[in-house]
Amino acid sequence: MQNKRTVFVCQGTGCLSTGSGTVYEALKAEVERLGLTDVEVDFTGCHGFCEQGGLVVVEPESIFYTHVTLDDVPEIAASHLRDGNPVERLFYRDPATGRAVPRYHEINFYKKQQRIILRNCGRINPEKIDHYIANGGYRALEKVLREMTPEQVIEEVKKAGLRGRGGAGFPTGRKWEFGRNAVADRKYVICNADEGDPGAFMDRSVLEADPHAAIEGLIIAGYAIGANDGYIYVRAEYPLAVKRIRIAVEQARAKGFLGKNILGSGFDFEVHMKEGAGAFVCGEETALIASIESRRGMPRPRPPYPAQSGLEGRPTTINNVKTLASVPIIIDRGADWYASIGSEKSRGTTVLALSGKISNSGLVEVPMGTSLSTIIFDIGGGIPRGKRLKAVQTGGPSGGCIPAKIPDTPVDYETLTMVGSIMGSGGMVVMDQDTCMVEVARYFLSFTQAESCGKCAPCRLGTKQMLEILTRITQGRGQESDLDTLLTIARTVKECSLCGLGQTCPNPVLSTLRYFRSEYEAHIKKKTCPANQCRLLRRKTASRT
Amino acid sequence: MGNSVNSEIDIGRIKAIVEECKGQKWALIPVIQKIQNEFGYIPPAAIPVVAKGLRLFPSQIQGVISFYAQFYTKPRGRQVIRVCRGTACHVRGSEALLDLLEERLKIKEGETTPDMEYTLETVACIGVCALAPNVVVSDRVHGQMDAEKMEQLLKKGES
Repeated sequence: MQNKRTVFVCQGTGCLSTGSGTVYEALKAEVERLGLTDVEVDFTGCHGFCEQGGLVVVEPESIFYTHVTLDDVPEIAASHLRDGNPVERLFYRDPATGRAVPRYHEINFYKKQQRIILRNCGRINPEKIDHYIANGGYRALEKVLREMTPEQVIEEVKKAGLRGRGGAGFPTGRKWEFGRNAVADRKYVICNADEGDPGAFMDRSVLEADPHAAIEGLIIAGYAIGANDGYIYVRAEYPLAVKRIRIAVEQARAKGFLGKNILGSGFDFEVHMKEGAGAFVCGEETALIASIESRRGMPRPRPPYPAQSGLEGRPTTINNVKTLASVPIIIDRGADWYASIGSEKSRGTTVLALSGKISNSGLVEVPMGTSLSTIIFDIGGGIPRGKRLKAVQTGGPSGGCIPAKIPDTPVDYETLTMVGSIMGSGGMVVMDQDTCMVEVARYFLSFTQAESCGKCAPCRLGTKQMLEILTRITQGRGQESDLDTLLTIARTVKECSLCGLGQTCPNPVLSTLRYFRSEYEAHIKKKTCPANQCRLLRRKTASRT
Repeated sequence: MGNSVNSEIDIGRIKAIVEECKGQKWALIPVIQKIQNEFGYIPPAAIPVVAKGLRLFPSQIQGVISFYAQFYTKPRGRQVIRVCRGTACHVRGSEALLDLLEERLKIKEGETTPDMEYTLETVACIGVCALAPNVVVSDRVHGQMDAEKMEQLLKKGES
C-alpha cells in the first residue's frame, strides 16, 4: 500500500467550469485502461485557486497540475502515473519568476498561508465522510459530548477569542452564552451560508469542499446553547454547495452524528436545509429568519435580538459558515493554540477572497493582522501586466477602499474599520491604475440600491439619490455641489438605516471620497476620468483590455 | 425545465406539490421552489391553489414571489444566460459582456427572445470570482469570458 497514489481532481464550481468533470471521468478510464492498480482517482472540492483550474493533485508527492484539460489526461496517466515522470508543462508557473513549481506547498500562494478554516479544502473528498473523519473530523464532537458540559464548550470558545467571521466580528462565545442563558421550550441554531457579498466566495468553497466542518460546528453550537434543531440557510446561487451539504447531512445521520441520542450522549440534534431565493438582504439575521419562515426577507428593528426572539419567536443563535467551521478545530486543538494565532484583538485566521487585478486570484487564509502588502504581493503575486496597485476594496458593498499608500495596513477587524473599510465577509478586490474609483463607488451603490428591501426610507431613498449623483458624475454631468450633497446623504443613510445593509452601504462612497477626492473632482470640474474608464469621458486614443 | 407559453398548466400537479410539502414547517418557499423547478416559472394560476392548500392569502404568496429575485412569473427561454455582476466580474469587464449580449440577442436584461430560446439575466455574484468575468448558460459556468468566447457559445447554442 505504501506506493499507492491518489489523484485528486478538483470538482469545485470554478474547476468544473473549465471542464474538470470530464477530466475526472477520463482520468479514471485512462488509469483503468493502463491497468494502474496502485493509482486511485478521486475528487476534491474547491482548492481556492480557481484561476489555475482545472486543478489536479497527485498525492502523496503533492504534484500540483494547473490548467488541466481533457487533452492532457493521456499524458498525465502515461508519463506520470505509469512511468513516474511528472508532466512539467502543467506545473504552476510563478508569475514573478516564470519558474515552474511542481509541488503544492512550494507555491508561494499556498506556502505563505495558514489554513485552519480551509484545512480540508482540496484535500479530501467532500462527499465521503470517512475522509473527513480520517482527518480528525467529528473528533471534537465526540470530545464535546463525552467530556464537556455546554458551559465548558462556551468557555473554551471564549478563551480561544473566536469572533464571528460573517463580518461584524462579534465574540462567538458571548453570543453562545446569550443563547445558553435564554429560557425557552425550544431553541434554534442557524448556519448563515447566504454569502451574498459580490466578490466573496469562501463560504461556497468551504461548503463545496468540506461541508462536514460546518455541520460539526453547528452540532457543537446546538449542544452549547441547548438547541435540538439547526438550520443551514444557503443561497440558491450555489447549487453545488446545496448538493454537497445534503449528501453530508445524510452521511452524518447514517454515522450517528445526527439524530436521536448522538453517540450515546442523550443529546438529539437535527439539521434542516433551507435554500434562499436571491435576496442579498437575507444575509442580515432578522431577514434571514423571515426567509426561513417563508416570508418576505425583510429585516426588523433589534432588539429583541434573535438570541431572545428569533425563529418562531424562540431564542436563535446565528453563526457564519467559517465561524462554525473554526469550532471543531478549536475544540480539538485547544483554545490556547487558537488564541496564539492572529493579533491581540482578532484571534485566529481570516479567509480572504482575493480577486480583481491580481496575479494569483483565489482564497487566501492568513493569521489576523497579516499586512495587506504580504497578501497582495507575496501571496497574490502582485499586479499583472506591470500595472500599479491603486487600491484594495475589502468587505464588499459594505466595505471601503484602502489606498495603495497604506500597504502595511494589518488586516483585522479594528484596523480595517479605522481606515474606513470593514473586514466584512472577506472579499478583497484589487484595483490598479485603470480602475476608476468613482465608478467603483457607483457600481457598489447600484448593487445596494437594487438590493435594498425598501422597508426603511433612509436606505430606500438614500441609495437611489446617491446612485443618481454618482451616475451623473461618471457621465460628466456632475455639479460642484454634488460632493457635499453626497456626503450629507451618505452620513444620513449610515446613521438612520434600519439594518446593516443601509448602515454600511455608504462606506464605498465615504472611503473613496476620503482617499480619492481628486478623482471625483476631475470628473466634475475637468470632465475627465483619470483612470480612463468611464465610457462617456474616455480619451479617444486609448485602447483598453 | 421551461414549458412553452401555450401549454396547459397541470393544476393537479401543483396540488400534489402542495400536498407533499404541506406537513413541513414554513412550507411556502419550498413549495414555490418546487413549482418553479418543475414548470420553469410560477404560473399565476398556481397562486390560488397554493394559497388554498397552505391557508394563506394569495396576496401573501404574491408578496413572497415578488420579493425574491429568483422567482419568475413568466416562462423563460430554453437557455437562460446569466451575466455575473459581482465585483470581480465588474472590474474585469462584465458590463461590456452584458451590452454585447443585449445587442446580439436584441433583448434587454430580464427579457426573453420571442422564439423562447434565450432569457438574459444578471446575477449578483456566483462566487467564481477568480475566473471573472463569468457567464452562466443553463446552469453551466463559463469563466474568463470575452467577446469572442461569448460569440462561440451563442453559435454553439444555435446549431
